[in-house]
Amino acid sequence: MAAALQTAALLSASPNPIDSRRFRLGSFARSLPGTRASFLVVRSDGSIPNSFTASSRSEKFITNAVATKSNAPASSTASKPGHELLLFEALREGLEEEMDRDPTVCVMGEDVGHYGGSYKVTKGLATKYGDLRVLDTPIAENSFTGMGIGAAMTGLRPVVEGMNMGFLLLAYNQISNNCGMLHYTSGGQFKIPIVIRGPGGVGRQLGAEHSQRLESYFQSIPGLQMVACSTPYNAKGLMKAAIRSDNPVVLFEHVLLYNLKERIPDEEYVLCLEEAEMVRPGEHVTILTYSRMRYHVMQAAKTLVNKGYDPEVIDIRSLKPFDLYTIGKSVKKTHRVLIVEECMRTGGIGSSLRAAIIDNFWDYLDAPIMCLSSQDVPTPYAGTLEEWTVVQPAQIVAAVEQICK
Amino acid sequence: MAAAAAVVARSSSLSKLRPILRSFASSAASDDNRILTIETFVPFTGHLIDPPSRAVDTTPAEILSFFRDMARMRRMEIAADSLYKSKLIRGFCHLYDGQEAVAVGMEAAITKRDAIITSYRDHCTFLSRGGTLLEAFAELMGRRDGCSRGKGGSMHFYKKDASFYGGHGIVGAQVPLGCGLAFAQKYSKDASVTFALYGDGAANQGQLFEALNMSALLDLPVILVCENNHYGMGTAEWRAAKSPSYYKRGDFVPGLKVDGMDALAVKQACKFVKEYALANGPIILEMDTYRYHGHSMSDPGSTYRTRDEISGIRQERDSIERIRRVILSHELASISELKDIEKEVRKEVEEAVSQAKKCSMPDQSVLFKDVFVKGYGAETFGSDRKALSAALP
Repeated sequence: MAAALQTAALLSASPNPIDSRRFRLGSFARSLPGTRASFLVVRSDGSIPNSFTASSRSEKFITNAVATKSNAPASSTASKPGHELLLFEALREGLEEEMDRDPTVCVMGEDVGHYGGSYKVTKGLATKYGDLRVLDTPIAENSFTGMGIGAAMTGLRPVVEGMNMGFLLLAYNQISNNCGMLHYTSGGQFKIPIVIRGPGGVGRQLGAEHSQRLESYFQSIPGLQMVACSTPYNAKGLMKAAIRSDNPVVLFEHVLLYNLKERIPDEEYVLCLEEAEMVRPGEHVTILTYSRMRYHVMQAAKTLVNKGYDPEVIDIRSLKPFDLYTIGKSVKKTHRVLIVEECMRTGGIGSSLRAAIIDNFWDYLDAPIMCLSSQDVPTPYAGTLEEWTVVQPAQIVAAVEQICK
Repeated sequence: MAAAAAVVARSSSLSKLRPILRSFASSAASDDNRILTIETFVPFTGHLIDPPSRAVDTTPAEILSFFRDMARMRRMEIAADSLYKSKLIRGFCHLYDGQEAVAVGMEAAITKRDAIITSYRDHCTFLSRGGTLLEAFAELMGRRDGCSRGKGGSMHFYKKDASFYGGHGIVGAQVPLGCGLAFAQKYSKDASVTFALYGDGAANQGQLFEALNMSALLDLPVILVCENNHYGMGTAEWRAAKSPSYYKRGDFVPGLKVDGMDALAVKQACKFVKEYALANGPIILEMDTYRYHGHSMSDPGSTYRTRDEISGIRQERDSIERIRRVILSHELASISELKDIEKEVRKEVEEAVSQAKKCSMPDQSVLFKDVFVKGYGAETFGSDRKALSAALP
């Protein structure tokens, strides 16, 4: 609590809200007590970059980091406890580290610059990097997404923010045809290392048009990768991985998750874009979920544990492609699958996932796959109605009980 | 500036002349670099800007290269027409014949560092940026030696090393991309510009105005070029646009109207706007041009316009005929020499077609290649990480 207040005070008080000494990692962590020395940054292809941090110390660079609560005891002996922050700050930290590391990373979107981002993800970046690198665009999603893609064709790495994912429907043509397909239709000549990110999902009575879940619309675009973050840890790791990826990546954030707080490591880490996260290992049923529904599932899991069930909860994180390796391992163990998602029932991520599991793991299933999704209605405004459109923990408990009968 | 462009033009024309250089050794014109000043057929019209002078500096070498390049483009499009009719080219095929002067004049005014992005009517722009006839025909026929490895087709020609960014099927979508190219040029302080081409049909797209607004805000070095061939597929410009003055549509952004059938005028205009854009930001060019074929090979092109109109333009404004007249009136080459050039070009195109016909189709193994690029620490698969996985480069 005190730490949170302190952080909040820190953020609101100073003109450059990000205290770089506190939040910058790796070679700048000398100011923090107990910093371990001698880390080396090695790139994935084995070369050592001419980093402009010019650190003579080497940094242990964690690739494909998978830290879960169960892993925490193992890693905490090797590393320091880390620092606490909110999810939007984690996103900002990841973004800022990448912008420091690579001068071609730039940000564009509505109100990302001077305003600091409507969800504060880009706060302070414009003061630090300038107006061209953190670009305030007019309200023209179609064309500024197109602009980002055009810039990516030449080698820049833009991070395009949709103020709300639903607004990116206006840019659907650019995302589908130019972003997803250009690498293929040009015979491999152009790569589009763009990151398209923004908050989506059902919030608190935001109304139908501001509660859209675009992962179901984008999932069949070839050439696009989609990831959804759900904790500060994976938000930062996925943001960094998405920026470094040479493929176009759509990073789905959720409006209600921005103020989640978690302790994350001080060392630099990047997560694998295609990997799922084991949230809670179990034996009886595999529950596959992502984004906000992870928390509804964990809440239901408490009730289920009390009732004697042992659910295995996996946050799939990678919406395209699915991490069928992790999912398959789990299905082979538990033989029962429940998918909990926030997408609409028709044509959502859940329906594709269900098809993929049936195609690949049919012989391992002891019960039909259940999929809990939002109702096929425009999200209503009234609070009670809105609650009924989204999956609630009680429904998850009932579904598990039915599957495990 | 003109001399440099002429040297570029000369060296490119020489490289194409190589097989028959011996017989041309006596003709001095193709090596001739003395400056000629020729007036454009029609003056420029400016919007919020003083138009450049009608007097264009050029050289005999450049004019001859215009003739040769435009003849090659014309031949290529006619060959594509017959290939389409014999079903070797399928799908959509949008031909550029009639509009060659725009591609050729633009190329003469700029460098390979300046970017060009255009719509689906891109065969000739690909050639002018340095693409070869073989790559073009192979791509049109879907062969593996095509410029996009057979995966793009007629509407997706690209040439990255020559800053040619394609080749786009959706009308108007290339203009925000073009502004993005200019954004990157400004970001990297490149001192180069981007020409974003679109048609009179695309000029009514909202994303153009969005992109123009943003480019003007940021002073991006982008030139929006409207190739006004007066028909948006089957709809005449007066039926689609309340204001047909596309060069004025920028409102606060200056514009220039150019006779797009006059390669020298196009060159002058492009030189002028390149300097302008580097200093001041976006500007609009309207090229008054015409296409002889229909919108695409599926469109006969005669249901919405009269054959008299088409043949009238061919007689009065054809770009190759105009250059021919300029060459003959300045005595840069004789009638028979020009006919020889046309014969050579015809032979070049025929050879490229026959060679392309022999190229093989892409192998099935490349179906999944280039869907993704190998990203950081990532391996990419089809949706199920199994049999459909792509072998990443």
